[in-house]
Amino acid sequence: MKMTRLAAVLAVTMTAAAPALADTLHFPMLNYRTGPFAPGGIPFADGYQDYLTLINERDGGIGGVPIRMTECETAYNTERGVECYQSIRGDNPLIIQPLSTGITYQLIPRTMEDRVPMHTMGYGRTSAVNGEVFNWTFNYPGTYWDGASVIINYLLDENDGSLDGKKIVLLYHNSAYGREPIPTLTRLSERLGYQFIPIAVDSPGQEQGNQWLQIRRERPDYVLMWGWGVMNSVAVQEAANIRFNMNNFIGVWWSGSEQDVMPAGAGAHGYRSLAMHGTGRDYPIYDDIQQYVVDRGRAAGQGDQIGTVLYSRGMYAAMLAVEAARTAQEIHGVANITSEMMRDGMANLSITEERMAELGLPGFGPAFEVTCQNHGGSGAAMIQEWDANNRTWNLITDWIMPDREMIMEMVMEDSLAFAAESNITPGCLN
Amino acid sequence: MIYREAGDFKTSYGADNQTFPIKGDRFAYYLVLAFAFLVMPFIINDYWANAIVVPFLIYAIAALGLNILLGYCGQLSLGTGAFMACGAYACYKLMVAFPGLNIVFVIVLAGLVTAGVGVLFGLPSLRIKGFYLAVATLAAQFFLIWLFTRTPWFYNYSPTGMISAPTRTVLGYPVTGPQASAVSIYLLCLVFVVALAWLARNMTRGTLGRKWMAIRDMDIAAEIIGVNPLMAKLSAFAVSSFFVGIAGALFFAAYLGAAEAGEAFGIDKSFLVLFMVIVGGLGSVLGSFLGAAFLIVGPVLLKLLLVNQLGWSSDLAAHLEIMIIGAMIIIFLIMEPHGLAALWRTIKEKLRLWPFPH
Repeated sequence: MKMTRLAAVLAVTMTAAAPALADTLHFPMLNYRTGPFAPGGIPFADGYQDYLTLINERDGGIGGVPIRMTECETAYNTERGVECYQSIRGDNPLIIQPLSTGITYQLIPRTMEDRVPMHTMGYGRTSAVNGEVFNWTFNYPGTYWDGASVIINYLLDENDGSLDGKKIVLLYHNSAYGREPIPTLTRLSERLGYQFIPIAVDSPGQEQGNQWLQIRRERPDYVLMWGWGVMNSVAVQEAANIRFNMNNFIGVWWSGSEQDVMPAGAGAHGYRSLAMHGTGRDYPIYDDIQQYVVDRGRAAGQGDQIGTVLYSRGMYAAMLAVEAARTAQEIHGVANITSEMMRDGMANLSITEERMAELGLPGFGPAFEVTCQNHGGSGAAMIQEWDANNRTWNLITDWIMPDREMIMEMVMEDSLAFAAESNITPGCLN
Repeated sequence: MIYREAGDFKTSYGADNQTFPIKGDRFAYYLVLAFAFLVMPFIINDYWANAIVVPFLIYAIAALGLNILLGYCGQLSLGTGAFMACGAYACYKLMVAFPGLNIVFVIVLAGLVTAGVGVLFGLPSLRIKGFYLAVATLAAQFFLIWLFTRTPWFYNYSPTGMISAPTRTVLGYPVTGPQASAVSIYLLCLVFVVALAWLARNMTRGTLGRKWMAIRDMDIAAEIIGVNPLMAKLSAFAVSSFFVGIAGALFFAAYLGAAEAGEAFGIDKSFLVLFMVIVGGLGSVLGSFLGAAFLIVGPVLLKLLLVNQLGWSSDLAAHLEIMIIGAMIIIFLIMEPHGLAALWRTIKEKLRLWPFPH
């Protein structure tokens, strides 16, 4: 009896593939709400899901076609990410957003083969900017190399145009993600004459005693950080412990959210990070989210992340995806789009100030246009500073442009090497 | 009833010493092989092949390798993840350096390279034993991963330190890279699993395996009766690392497609394979397969059941999955400390006598 029941359960489980529902747009979510990186994964996932729920509840979907969301837990683990991708690839996914540079590298060749577009917003492989090689991968509105260059441009500005003789440390997560900015910073150091010292922190990054001892010994002028998850808060705490001047400690956009600075309390005051979009609840869209999502009891997760930095980022990612789907519907004149049409929508996406204001997000992100030659948007970013007394992130600069000329040069080198390695003839699809 | 042994007489030493002396077992074995080679390729879908069966086969090879070292020779190793990384990076370097070389040879060569590295790190086993050896192999784990992440030559100076497998074919069918179909990857892994399991089974039954077991049971006594501990221990390290290296090469080239040493081959991999061997059963080929199935297929099935069938939220399911698998490991180890293979042995004994147990 027991055995037959077990066998029955197994047999039911065997038919894993969910039936594809007609007339819906499938937006899969590769989330991580568990594991050491969950503090970053949860708000992003909530924001992404809430925005899509809002579109369904308020507008009845995109162009009248409702959005179907599926969730798969990756725990920021590449193996589970690949397993998740395998489980959704037969189910007409329109856009993949893994929120993990490691998983992105696994999925780039697979999505090319399966003809499913992937959007890695502000992470992933920087050289995917070259859309002639990476037809199916997009990383607008900015990349890691843009981020590194923006920070250096900001520092140049602060130092009257010269970084000669300065000492800059990069504290990075020892993974594909953290190593990504090293080539840019190295090349810029040759050009601008600062001394560049990369210091690695092994994942997950709870133990950084050695690294900060080294930083104390080196006495750098600036410390840049490419961290994620628990590594961020530990680093901010360590910096506070050695009384490092927080104004000279600048993180990438993944190292600049509330949970990274809260644990250090007043010690984190003045810590800076890049910002690729605005944050806080002062945008009209939050009224709609309150009315259509929260008040109807449809908020994702605990519903306590609304308005945080990473929630805003998840919402921004969903907004760009929905806009791309809309663009695709306009181009092809069909409401029920396929993943290939979705790619066309992404490749011709244009985000203007007016459009963002219409959506209830005035001035939230940079205005940019995606073209076949440039999948990376404008690359502009702002700098934000943590105010530990009011517990808010304040933007201290306007949009800062990266050194796109040098970055494109590096993008071409890396992407053409990839093309040669994988036998791709560079070219546009449309 | 299931095993009908009446009339199953052995008339030669060869027949008496064969791997599966019971007729029922032998048929079951041939049946499984025929099913795996002739039926599975036609019925398996992409998700099942890529997400469940292929990782199961690859981890089974790794568990077999560690079982040779730990279960047969009694040398505790925590460096399995690093040796898998060694196989993966050797495979990558060979694939890139010799594009014309058939991938099957590349994987075997990667195994041989790993065997060499394994012997090197096995040298301390001649002086230190037990937990102290575990610490020494732990050093191998950290040193090798450090080497692969800090030396750009190993990842061909790619800016992110990732290695990715180019497309290679066997008989015209791509088996690595994004163009490879699930079935061809499955068949590649299956061929390696069958060949290596056959090798492991026969090695452990022969002189070499007996030497290993003598060392495991009492090394001083073994030395007195003429077993050379140097040769026995180092050969166990070499064979074990060969298996683990092949598992690592397949894991990188066929399954993941792209890998990064710290993330894909960390210390948690070493423990995962160690748990497979312990849960499956020390010193048993079948145990390696059962342990791999339990720890690889179990969580995925649980996820499919909780998320896809019952519709629970994926984070709740992920947390429950950790708890359930942990509880099951403890329950199994209390019920049967010698692993799933011993459980099967008991069941088999009962089945042979059934329905007249006395």
